[in-house]
Amino acid sequence: MSFVQVSLALLEGFLQNCYLFGATLLLALPLGLVISLGSMSKFKPLKFITKAFVWVIRGTPLMLQLFVVFYVPGLVFNTPMKSRMTAALIAFVINYAAYFSEIYRGGIESIPKGQYEAGQVLGMTKTQIFFKVVLMQVVKRILPPMSNEIITLVKDTSLARVIAVSEILMEATDFSSQGLIWPLFYTALFFLAFCGGLTLLFNYIEKKFDYYRG
Amino acid sequence: MSILKVENIKKSFGNVEVLKDISFSLEKGEVLSIIGSSGSGKTTLLRCLNFLEFAENGKIIVDDEELVDFALHDKQNDEALRQKRLNFGLVFQSFNLFPQYNILKNLTLAVELLEGVKKKDKEKLQEINNRAMDLLKRVGLEDKVYAYPCELSGGQQQRVAIARALMLSPKILCFDEPTSALDPELTGEVLRVIRELRDGNTTMIIVTHEMNFAKNVSDKVIFMADGIIEEVGAPAQIFDNPKSPRLKEFLSSSLKD
Repeated sequence: MSFVQVSLALLEGFLQNCYLFGATLLLALPLGLVISLGSMSKFKPLKFITKAFVWVIRGTPLMLQLFVVFYVPGLVFNTPMKSRMTAALIAFVINYAAYFSEIYRGGIESIPKGQYEAGQVLGMTKTQIFFKVVLMQVVKRILPPMSNEIITLVKDTSLARVIAVSEILMEATDFSSQGLIWPLFYTALFFLAFCGGLTLLFNYIEKKFDYYRG
Repeated sequence: MSILKVENIKKSFGNVEVLKDISFSLEKGEVLSIIGSSGSGKTTLLRCLNFLEFAENGKIIVDDEELVDFALHDKQNDEALRQKRLNFGLVFQSFNLFPQYNILKNLTLAVELLEGVKKKDKEKLQEINNRAMDLLKRVGLEDKVYAYPCELSGGQQQRVAIARALMLSPKILCFDEPTSALDPELTGEVLRVIRELRDGNTTMIIVTHEMNFAKNVSDKVIFMADGIIEEVGAPAQIFDNPKSPRLKEFLSSSLKD
């Protein structure tokens, strides 16, 4: 097995990781914001439900959640999951939305009350205050914890192999079961390169927000 | 005809009665200072006027129009209240400028949103910008138009906050201890702006700890203690000839230093 052949096989697997990463981010970022608004709601039942949801999702292993999403529809409702990737995506979106929601909540609650009041006395609606005054400040504040969580997501995508999504570590363990061990360690380079790129990107965005303090 | 009538405002936080039946009125162009020790309810009163707090009872009447009867108020007419609160402007102790916007945008944002100006409507945007520039000139900050709040001193930030409140041309401009968060050498520039506003006949309510300023700038002074108006009158009467023993005590302790 040549180096190029191994590389191509691993790359094919890594594209699955990238897809899972991108799609999870795209869906979980807005969903997390919705959940965070629910957990800060003054309407008690909604607040209770979202808090309980976050507790369950953060309190159980992601690996277990992958099994649940993949097997439970078939076992309980007799409608088996057709695509392993879709099952993985659903589990990841739910899991990461819960974590993101807590990051959003921390960010939103850290904005001083005076910012809301200033908007109010200037005649803005609640929606305008949130989107025009608060949200930009929240984004600046949550960038460091968010980038942390997003970099964790890159590596977590490997967990999808427990429901046999053919991601990069799955490909690599296929090689090692054939007696070829080095591709397993080689996978690290893929993750390192990807996370390195992300780190540069986040540094760039943080710099973009450096023009103001507060 | 009074521009503002406040009748029987009552407000409690839990079991603590913060405002006990407050009534007063204000004429157009008058400057009212509210003094009193911390916890006397003066800031809460100002916040009730701006609907940042909801009193349990009382009426606010501006220009003979009843803005709100707190006893009847239910949360459903928040949208109407949003319009009505524009009768008042409020300058905060801690400025509360929007840090992510430059000074010009701090002034124009609310107006653009209120009037629903589209990005394409260059003429209208220019008109709003011009208004903001005029106000920044008035507070002496025309060279800071494109600066960000974090680049300004506290005094400059507060002057921007005053200009921002004036953008919406409120009938009554309220100040909540406008100089309390400032270094002593910066209070002068803010007080000067307020004085100029008085000379321009702006109707103002100023909650303040600056006794000399209150004495010089006001037409009327209210002394509050424990949620009631303990004494009200012209500054000369309040400061030079106080009647109530509590006011005497307050003045002697706050003028000592």
